[in-house]
Amino acid sequence: MKWLFMACASVSILTTIGILVTLLYQGYGFFNEVSPWEFLTGTRWTPILKPRSYGVLPLVSGTLLVTVIAAMVALPVGLMTAIFLSEYAADNVRRIIKPILEILAGIPTVVYGYFALTFVTPLLQNIFNDLLVFNALSAGIVMGVMIIPMVSSLSEDAMISVPRNLREAAYALGATRYEVSLRVVVPAALSGIIAAFIIAISRAIGETMLVTIAAGATPRMALNPLEGVQTMTAYIVQLSLGEAPVGSLEYNTIFAVGLVLFCMTLLMNLLGFWIVRRFREAY
Amino acid sequence: MNEYKPVANSINPNRKRRKIIGASVYCIFLISTLVGIVGLGVLIFDVLDKGIPWLNWQFLTDYPSRKPEEAGLYSALIGTIWLMFMTALLTVPIGVGAAIYLEEYAPRNLLTKAIEINVSNLAGVPSIVYGLLGMALFVYYLGSSEQFLGRTLLAGALTLALLVLPIVIMASREAIRAVPDSYRQGAYAMGADKWQVIKGVVLPSALPGILTGTILAMSRAIGEAAPVIAISALVYMTFIPAHPMERFTVLPIQIYNWVARPQEEFRGLAAAGIIVLLAILLTMNAIAVVLRNKYQTRSEE
Repeated sequence: MKWLFMACASVSILTTIGILVTLLYQGYGFFNEVSPWEFLTGTRWTPILKPRSYGVLPLVSGTLLVTVIAAMVALPVGLMTAIFLSEYAADNVRRIIKPILEILAGIPTVVYGYFALTFVTPLLQNIFNDLLVFNALSAGIVMGVMIIPMVSSLSEDAMISVPRNLREAAYALGATRYEVSLRVVVPAALSGIIAAFIIAISRAIGETMLVTIAAGATPRMALNPLEGVQTMTAYIVQLSLGEAPVGSLEYNTIFAVGLVLFCMTLLMNLLGFWIVRRFREAY
Repeated sequence: MNEYKPVANSINPNRKRRKIIGASVYCIFLISTLVGIVGLGVLIFDVLDKGIPWLNWQFLTDYPSRKPEEAGLYSALIGTIWLMFMTALLTVPIGVGAAIYLEEYAPRNLLTKAIEINVSNLAGVPSIVYGLLGMALFVYYLGSSEQFLGRTLLAGALTLALLVLPIVIMASREAIRAVPDSYRQGAYAMGADKWQVIKGVVLPSALPGILTGTILAMSRAIGEAAPVIAISALVYMTFIPAHPMERFTVLPIQIYNWVARPQEEFRGLAAAGIIVLLAILLTMNAIAVVLRNKYQTRSEE
């Protein structure tokens, strides 16, 4: 029996190997025809239209633009939610709020895409007159709301594990609740909070349907959030819809882009886990 | 390790000012907490507002159509149900087996550690990357242009099974870890061998936890659109799949299909589809919560 169970456990290892082999093998086909240098430093991404050009930077910058907007929403809001839940809220309030945030985390991303496109964008168009139908701003804002639960629950876990006596010592010195929260608990939980930020950002980078629906399909280097951008994930979806012939250069582009995406999220996740492990306060 | 700046330094005698700051900071925290909740409320209200007029029996039993008033999501609904059960069938035995290995058998060595880190990393891999894996490995066979499984239900279920495997493993591990050691020792004392202990004692007591984790993993799986699009593409399904080797579509893809059209009517259909999807997800979550509560009260006895 032991070997059977071990085989089950090794499926997870095989999955990782499978992902790596797939991305590298198909990526190899791509890099045979396009130099990695051109791919990583090129600023024009037109793999389907002539003149073809395979610079991935517009997709990366589009991804980062949406991610930065999402982070600007989710990190402060998520952190303050976590402080409220861990330091202020009574038990019964927390029992109501936490399941609601869990529901928020469980809503499929295609729903958020619908919401961004049909509700948030028209709303924002009242404020910004030149906001296009597909834009990075509303995709980013809605993505921010989407990852709030992730930031808040991971940060709250970190804050709850701060020992009670640190708080009580501060109270004994006459500190008020917000002084205890902001000057004792948050610094003590900082490593967990930063890890939560990094893991949430990595989730935002890999998010697909929301940006496919709401952010558009124009790979651009520009940083104007009022216009559309194309993210790495949205490009992969766009091309998988088009049924590119297998083995063709266009087909292989999605694996090259997928490789960049995989490396970015993997590095951030590893960094997040490493920070948790390395800087965890042992009390 | 950390040196905490003495809080006393920052305390000035001006109590009133500090109290005002405290109260306003409290308000800011409270408002932040409400952002997520209000966001959820607005989203649900908006979806209900636009979707309910389109929601009727015919919507559930009709195939997609170019005419919005005749369109329904029957094929997507059936596809979702197919995909959910096939994914569960593939992922639960492997996930629970892996959890049993990690909790009951695995020696504390480098390999075990590697598997553990690997599982938590896999949980963070973007779902579209699984889609690429499934497309290259299951639909086609790495680079060869011949179809392997093709754009079939089976290819989709295999892909989603790999996607949710880390969730099932982690939930099952937690459930197995929560079984008190005294149960195991009691069974050993009666002369049971390791497999009998696992089969007769550990698994039955961990079952509710495993089930809860499985349901949550499946609710993640049926909400996923990105990896399934890579497998099935946007297919116009006017029949329902009869066996695992047929093409399929699922609710999130049908919703995406409708959202992507500019006409207002299709937006309404998308909202109605979202209501159906959310209703299924909420039902599954409710079942999971009920199971969890039942399980918790029983273990407190």
